[in-house]
Formats: sequence, structure tokens, C-alpha cells
Amino acid sequence: MTMLEGILLTIVTAATPLLFAALGELVAERAGVLNLGVEGMMAVGAVCGFAACNMTGMPLMGALAGIAAGMLAAGLFGVVALFFVANQNATGVALTLFGLGLSALIGDAFVGIPGVAVPRVNIPYLSDLPVVGRLVFGEDPFVYVAIALAIGVWWFLFKTRAGLILRSVGDNHNSAHALGFSVFRTRFLAVLFGGACAGLGGAYLSLVYTPQWTQAMTAGRGWIALALVVFASWLPGRLVIGALLFGAVSILQLHAQAIGVGIPSQFLSMLPYIVTIVALVLISRNRALLSVNTPACLGRPFVPDV
Amino acid sequence: MRIILERRPDHSQTMVLLSPVLAIALSLVSFFIIFAVSKIDPFQALYVYFIEPLTALWSIEDLLAKAIPIILIAIGLSFCYQSAVWNIGAEGQLAAGALAGSIIPVLQPTWQGPLVVTAMMVMGVLGGMAYAAIPAVLKIRFNANETLTTLMLVYVANLFLDYVARGPWRDPGGYNFPNSRAFDEGQMLPIVAGDSIRLSIVFVIIAVIAAWFLTSKTITGFKIRVLGMSPRAGAFGGFSRNKMVMMTFLISGGLAGLAGICEVAGPIGQLRTTVSPGYGFTAIIVAFLGRLHPFGILIAGLLLALSYMGGEGAQVALGLSDQTTQVFQGMLLFYVLACDSFIYYRLKIVRQRAVDPALAR
Amino acid sequence: MDGTGGGRRQRPQGTALVEARGITKLFGSFKANDDINLSIRPGEIHALLGENGAGKSTLVKILYGSLQPSEGEILWKGQKVGIPSPSAARRLGIGMVFQHFSLFDALTVTENIALALPDRKSRSALAREIEKVSAEFGLPLNPNSVIVDLSVGERQRVEIVRCLLQNPELLIMDEPTSVLTPQEADDLFLTLDKLTARGCAVLYISHRLEEVKQICHHATILRHGKVVAECDPQKESAAKLASLMVGAEIHALSSEVPVPENTRTRLSIRSLSLPEPHPFAVALHDISLDVRAGEIVGIAGIAGNGQGEFFDAVSGEQLAATATAINIDGKPAGRLGVTARRRLGAAFVPEERIGHGAVPRLRLSDNVLLTRHSTGDQLMRVGVIDFEGTRTLAERVSRSFDVRKASSDPEAGSLSGGNLQKFMVGREIDRQPGVLVVSQPTWGVDAGAAAVIRQALIDLARSGSAVLVISQDLDEIFEISDRVAVMSRGYLSEALPAKSVTREAIGLMMAGLGEGRRSNGEELAHAHHS
Repeated sequence: MTMLEGILLTIVTAATPLLFAALGELVAERAGVLNLGVEGMMAVGAVCGFAACNMTGMPLMGALAGIAAGMLAAGLFGVVALFFVANQNATGVALTLFGLGLSALIGDAFVGIPGVAVPRVNIPYLSDLPVVGRLVFGEDPFVYVAIALAIGVWWFLFKTRAGLILRSVGDNHNSAHALGFSVFRTRFLAVLFGGACAGLGGAYLSLVYTPQWTQAMTAGRGWIALALVVFASWLPGRLVIGALLFGAVSILQLHAQAIGVGIPSQFLSMLPYIVTIVALVLISRNRALLSVNTPACLGRPFVPDV
Repeated sequence: MRIILERRPDHSQTMVLLSPVLAIALSLVSFFIIFAVSKIDPFQALYVYFIEPLTALWSIEDLLAKAIPIILIAIGLSFCYQSAVWNIGAEGQLAAGALAGSIIPVLQPTWQGPLVVTAMMVMGVLGGMAYAAIPAVLKIRFNANETLTTLMLVYVANLFLDYVARGPWRDPGGYNFPNSRAFDEGQMLPIVAGDSIRLSIVFVIIAVIAAWFLTSKTITGFKIRVLGMSPRAGAFGGFSRNKMVMMTFLISGGLAGLAGICEVAGPIGQLRTTVSPGYGFTAIIVAFLGRLHPFGILIAGLLLALSYMGGEGAQVALGLSDQTTQVFQGMLLFYVLACDSFIYYRLKIVRQRAVDPALAR
Repeated sequence: MDGTGGGRRQRPQGTALVEARGITKLFGSFKANDDINLSIRPGEIHALLGENGAGKSTLVKILYGSLQPSEGEILWKGQKVGIPSPSAARRLGIGMVFQHFSLFDALTVTENIALALPDRKSRSALAREIEKVSAEFGLPLNPNSVIVDLSVGERQRVEIVRCLLQNPELLIMDEPTSVLTPQEADDLFLTLDKLTARGCAVLYISHRLEEVKQICHHATILRHGKVVAECDPQKESAAKLASLMVGAEIHALSSEVPVPENTRTRLSIRSLSLPEPHPFAVALHDISLDVRAGEIVGIAGIAGNGQGEFFDAVSGEQLAATATAINIDGKPAGRLGVTARRRLGAAFVPEERIGHGAVPRLRLSDNVLLTRHSTGDQLMRVGVIDFEGTRTLAERVSRSFDVRKASSDPEAGSLSGGNLQKFMVGREIDRQPGVLVVSQPTWGVDAGAAAVIRQALIDLARSGSAVLVISQDLDEIFEISDRVAVMSRGYLSEALPAKSVTREAIGLMMAGLGEGRRSNGEELAHAHHS
């Protein structure tokens, strides 16, 4: 495997958890819910995924546990922010604080335990092709799931009736309610989907990306995923590109640290966060573009008159 | 049959006061159940957590020391949240204040005395303000979501602090530990009461009273409230949203910076790779638990400081993870937010279930 | 133009299509509907008349399944039915066109319509069907347009087509002409005629008596949640219908003092142009207007033609490019903010009460402070608020404008629309401003409050102030204005003496300042009546 091949391969791996989490958040935001708790949902997904995989020896169980944990956390958010119509910003922050704490609590027992290796896909001949072989046909199974999920989300949102209803709830919850659609149920399901995706993204971190559990291992990826959704202007296709770009930044800075480019490692570690800010500024400065794409009811509470 | 929320005609004054109490009670009950389920004596656990720290003078002092930065930051954040500015990066602004305030004692170790300490405080405040001004400008000028930028800047500030403490400012005589030189007493806040209560407690008292006066008596507080509730009405009143964004960021950044330098020039006594165990995030919970009211924040800050103390005690006495505290705090914030909705809504039981054939596919 | 024409309209015979019996709806202890009986026959246009707050919306929501009655039953073709949700109503054959459209701005026409239909066909098949129905009923539409890009009239067409695709037997229309020009309204009446000719019934909610008299076969009149009368509107005079709605003769407005002549100009707008502040807004083009002391100038126009942007530019929430674009009492104010313009003696009442003119979760005394903190009322000293002063002022405004409230200083959001509007107008008139700019002064306000407000505006003008009224309500414009101008697509016409212009002329100007976009409908009208 060449150096370039290795870097490209790791960029895909670094992009995958971001893509999972951001896809879930994209669906939630399309329904009009801003869930700032992605980081917390990823953290509980990571620790539960690792724990389940560790106990059963099966990465698949880990992935499922991550999904379930993310959904539970999202359900908590849904109850407080959607049923009790609490401020979504504050509830999301609460979920992040809670999730980070809970994950650390659960994870205490698993610190320092090595993970179970997840095999990469290996298709005879195809995976052995130069450069593209490993890149296209030799990733771990999660990568293919993530890509399928991106396509699936696009198809769901723009080609199905349920997706149309979901978008309508995010665009104008009063009208959607007047038409007889349940705003609460639609949003709750969207939030649960967001939790499932974030949990899976978290599980990917502890199962594949760095197969072990360390406290706060999500390292702000949940927040980067949130920024990615804005960056992608709520379109799944752009999200894939954005996730790869951010994956590239985080991998390149790691390689730069390894080679030793004469810049203190802390400054290189800052890069993904600074790039996030810069990307956010670049996309947000065009207010007109943003206001056309933003779901009109994003973050706004809804209580029907009875 | 199902339960739904119904809007109250006028908001409930009773629930304004009751909701935090209810939230705390629910958190305690939940904690009780969690302990009971995990086969830890719940009464002993709650005692260790919430009573024991209050039984010794030294631990009460310790409690105050922890409450000071939390309350300072939360007071600042309450300005932001009242005007619907979502600054969640106080942890980074705290680090910036600690760094800026440490410039003199680290680079000019011989400068000492009250004037130097005053200058350190001022620089700490300015450092926090400057760091908070970044997301403020990005929001005003480029419309960038402040929740994300402030949070990203926490990571940046902490990494920078890590670099400084390990790199250029590392104490040459410090056996390679990643800290700056230890400050002298002449570079620290004087102790004003007991064995360890420093002048920063006076800052807290001033901040609480000033915040109360500013928010409830002056036109500035009125502007903040109006713009937070309804930006459009604020503009109609002739108030500038942008100025308010900048001002609330500067206030909260300044207070977080002050908290940072007070930590460094107080309980810690040197610059380290980390100067806060998450006070900036705890303060978010305190701000909401205190209903964004200065006096409420004072009480809530003491309570959450108590949970930090209890957490340390529980680690020793019960072998509980220190993360238990964070879980408790997160849970408390959930309950506060849920209970707050009873101020404007009440629960109602509906017998007939609306059927949604359009969705039931 | 006489849209639907000549002959007497006979109420169709036959058994009731839908019948409401003893409908009562309680909100807490408030009876929004009180034992209402209503019977609609196939093929008739049935008017539901009443003031704001009379219970029309509640009754309609019950018929459409958005609300459940506390008591009473609904019969559909003689069978007792429950209507648990709007989709159940649609399955029965009830369609509804809302006053405030229930459309989704970010979605296309086809997507919007697909949402209201049960899932059965592909979007392209649906698009073809939309084109077919819209051609059939004279409602031209492009199925692929995104709603945001459509005019208000076009949006209403989307709503109507959406209903028609479900082959409704009852179509409920809530104030359908409030967003239309008189000519567009005539087009609508033609569509309704085509519908009723096929046996479809229409429940027509309106407070515009002339048009009810023109097109409706039968009328049910509500007051305070009760049915007070049923009649054939063509046989009753408009005055009679109005007094049935209000429960008393409406006292006429008095402006005995004549408009002073050759007074000084107090508000002068000179070539005001503004680009649209965001993609969904309207740009203002070269607007000039003088308002003199003692007169009321009315600006008519359909919603969304730049009135909101114009109000913001005059109030100073949006600054003009040059200082001289707006002059208050001769002083250039185009670059001054709201507060500075208030200091020059101007006062403003915006259209939106909640969240623009008032903060719902603040008390009335705080809401007084919102616009009067810097207008020489001594409500604060070095930044410290005089709460006693704000309470006194709020009380004074409430007393002189008869603001009914439950407690001495309630939250603004707890007031009814009419009372809050009286409070907001009173808050500004209390200052005796030299210039008052008010948008939709009586929108959603009951007749009693509307009369109080209009009289106050007239009195203020006659005392020497310049008053500029922006309103969609032509009746109101003609009732109080001395001169009338029309706003359309960001342009403002010349202001003409109200006595010298006809509604017809105003209507044409509203539709685009004389553009001939109506030829199609005109021909249809002739074909229909010949």
C-alpha cells in the first residue's frame, strides 16, 4: 500500500463518523428540530457500541448497541424539547453535557481494553486493483453503509411521500398541522433517526476508527457534524463532499504531526476546529442563500391549539 | 387517552419559583433510584453528596471556592441567554482570561503587589472579552451561528493553553511538569476570610448586585429582554440587535475571563494545561437553574458547587466515578428545562385520540 | 363590474348536504360556539357572517375536523358523522381554502398539492392533473413553481386547485377575497359559479357585505358564538346585515371639522427607493408622497406589494440611502433610526401587533416603554427606568382608549386583538405626534374597537397632525382618508382626493397600476352571462 493510498483510505475513515452523525442531524433539521446534542449522542453511542462489541465479540452487536443508545439519548431530547417544548438550544446543550458524563461513567470499566478488529471488505481481484482497489472495494463495511445511508436519505426526503411530509413539517408546522399531519410525531421520529445515526457514528469511532474507548473520544465531532449540515445547506449530496473535506483536514494534520513539520502539534490539532469556523463563516455570510435553504421552522417550538 | 400541553392564558408566577425546586427534587429522586438500582445505599450516597460537604468548615470554604468561578460565568451567560445569544463557549473564554492574566506573573516574575494583581485582573477580563468578541463579530458581520463558533473556540483555546503551558511558559525549574512557574503571593488575590477565601468572593457579590440592578432597573436590561424575546419588536423600539450581541458577548466573556484569572491567581496559583474542570459548561446549567436571575444564579451556583464537592467525596467514600457529578448536572438541566414549560403551559388529559390516517401508512 | 350578474339568485332546493346541530365549543369557560345550527344545501353559496370573534373560525374548524365540538353533532347527507381530523373531512368530501394560506413556501405547487391528497399517484401524473383542473376552472398555474415565487392571488389558486382535485362536495372559503383585488375577486366568483353549477356547495365566510349580497344564496349570521339570524342576503340591505352582525347600529364616524387647506407638509417622502432586504421581500421604487397637517392619506393595496417594506423605511427600522428621502417636519430623517425619528415628532403603529408593535410576554407598562423611552416622557433617568411613570402612562392610555384588561397591568399577550390594537394606537396618539404612520389600523379588530380607532385617527389629524394609513381594507380607506394612493409591486401611485376616485379605479391600480392582465377573465365573464 502506498503512502497516498493510505492517506486516502484514512480520509474516508475519518469522514465516515462525521457523515453518519451529520446525515441524522440533517433529517432532524429538515423536520425543523435543531438538536445540539449530537456530541452527547455520539459519546453514548461510542461507549455502548464498544461495550457491546467487547462483551459479545461481534462488531455488529456493537453497531446495533450504538444505534440503540443514540436513539435513547435522542428520545430524552425529544421528550424535553418536543413534548415539553423547552428551548431546543438549551436542551441540546443539556444532552451533550449529560451524554458526555454518562459515557464517561459507563466507559470507566472499559478504559484500556483493546477492541475487536473489524475486517475490511475483501473482494478477490477487485480489492487488489492498484489505488482504487483498496479505496473503492476494500473499505470497512461501515463506509458502504454510510454511503448507502446518504443515498437513502436523499431518496427518502425528495422521492417519498413520508419525506415530503417531513419537509413540510420543517417548512411550516402550522400548515402541516392544519393538513392533519402530526408535527410532534414527525419530529420525534426524525429526532430518533438523528440519534440512531449519531449513535452509529459514535460506535464507528470506538469500533473502527480507534478501536478502543477513551473518555471524550468524540473530540467535538458532533459539533463539526452540526456545522457540516449548515455547510451542506441541508442537502445530502453536499454533505458527503463536506464530510470528506473535513476528514481530509483532520487526517492531513495528523500526518503533518507525524512527519513533524516544525509546527507545534497543538496548532495542527486546532485545524479541524478552525476550518469548521471558517467554513461556517464562508457559508453563512451569504444570508440570501442561507435563508432560502434553511428549514423555515428550524428550532421553533410548536404547540397546537386544542 | 393521551396527555398534551395546553397554553396558559397568563404565565404562572407560582411556577416561576416552583420550577427550579421541582427540578431539583426530581433530580434527587432520580438519583436515589439510580443509586438504589446500582446497589449503593441511596441514603448514604445522598448524604455524602449533598450533606457531608457542609459539615466541615474547610469543605465549606472549598465549596465557595468552586462556586465563585461558576457564579461569575453564569452571571455573564445570563445576559447572553436573556438576549437569545447562545454563547456556550465560556470555557474557552475562561482559558483566554487565564492566559492573558498570566502574562505579567509569568514573564515578569519580579513584578508584585496590589497594582500588579489589579493589572492581572484587568488583563484577564480583557482577554476573555477579546476572545468572546471573535464569535460576536462572526455573528454580526457574517451571520455565523454562535453556538458552533463559541464551542469550536473552546477547543482552540484549550489547545493553545496546552501549548503555552507545555511550551514557552513551562517552568524551567519545574522538573518538566507542564506548568508555568508557581505565582508568588504578591501575584495572587489576597485571602479575605478563613484559610482560603480570596478577594474573588467580593467580585461575585459585586457581579450579582450589579447584574440585578442592570437587568431589572435599567433600560439596558430592558433592551436585552426585549431583543431576546422579540428581535423585531426590539428593532421597532429603536434598539440595535448587533450592539446587544456584542455587549452581551463582552459581558459574558469578561466575566468568564475574570473567573479564569481568579482561578489561576487563586486556588491554582500557576498556569496549567487545564485551568477548569468544566466550570464554563456547569455555568450554563447554573444560569438556567437560576432562571437567568442573578439571585437565582447565586443559589444555583452554590448548589452545583456542592455537587462538585459531593462528587469528590463520593469518589473516596463510595468509589463512584467523578463523572457521576456531570451526569447529575446534565440530568438536572433536563429537568429544569422540562419544568420551565409549566410556567407557560399546563398538562391536560385528552380522551379522544386524533386519528391521522394520512400518516398511518 | 358586476361579476355574477343580473338575475336574482335562487337558493337551490333539496335536502341538506351538511347539517350542524347544536354545536357548542368551549375554550375553558369561554363559549366560542353556543348551540349553533347550520344547514347547507348542495349547489348553494352559503354565507357565514359575523364580526371577528363571533365564532366563525371555530365553527369552520369544527366542520373541517381541526377542532372537536364540546357538544352537538354533524350530519353529512343525513348520516351522523364524526370528523376527527382534516383528512377525515377531506375523505368525506369537504375542502377548505384558508384565509392565511396553509401552503409550504419552500415546496413546489405539485408538492404542496400532493401533501393534501392521499398517496396514490406519481408527481408527474399529479402535475398533469393540476394543469387540467386549473385550465378547466380558469385558474392558471405552473405546477413546478415554488410557492415563494408566487403572488398572493396565485397562492390562493393553489389552495383552490388543491381542494378541487379532491372533487369536494362542500368547499369552505375563509375570507377569500381579503387578499384579492376587486377584479381578481370577480374571477374567483366565476370559478365559484362553475363549481355550484356542478352541485358543489360553498360555505363562504366574509365580512364584506356587498360581495355577500352579490354572490350568496343564503346567509347565517353569528354574534357572540350564537346564530342570531338566517336570511337571504339579496333581500336585506347591507346596513341591516351589518346591524345584525354587530347587534346595534354602527355609529357613523364624524369628521365635522373640514380638512384644513394649504397647511404645511409634515411628512415628505422624496424618491425613496430601497432594494429588497431579503429574497422574499419587495423592492421599493422611487416613492414620493407628501402628507400635510390636518389630513389623512390612505395607502391601499393588496398585501405583499411592499407595504411592510415601506412602513419599515418610513419608521426607520430600515434606513434610506439618502437623508432627504424622508423628511419629518422639514428635517431630513432618511438616515435616522426609529428613536431619532420619534424625537422629531413621528409615531408609528405597525401591522403586526404581537412581536413587532408589542412584546407579548411583557406587561403593558413595559410595552409603553418600548416606544416611548426617549420621547420626552421622563420615563427614565440616566438609564434607570421609572416604573411608576410607565405604569401611570399605561393606565392613562388604557383609560382614554377603553382598553379592557383582566388585571391592572397584564401581559400584552393576554389582551384580545382589538384591545391590544387600541392600546398600541393609544400609546402613540397619547403623545400627540406631529406625524403618525399606521399600518392596518383595524386588522382583525371588532367593529366597536375599529370605530374607536378610526375616530381617534380622524381627531388626531384634525388637531393638526399628518396621518398616513396603510390598509388593505378599501372600505376603511374610503371611510377615513382625505387622499388615497395605491401601492403595487413596490411602486406608489399619485395620491388623489378620496372623493374623486372610484373603487374601480383603485382596484385596477391595485392589480398592477393599470396593467391589462385581466383580458382573459373579462372574456369569460361575458361568455358566461350572455
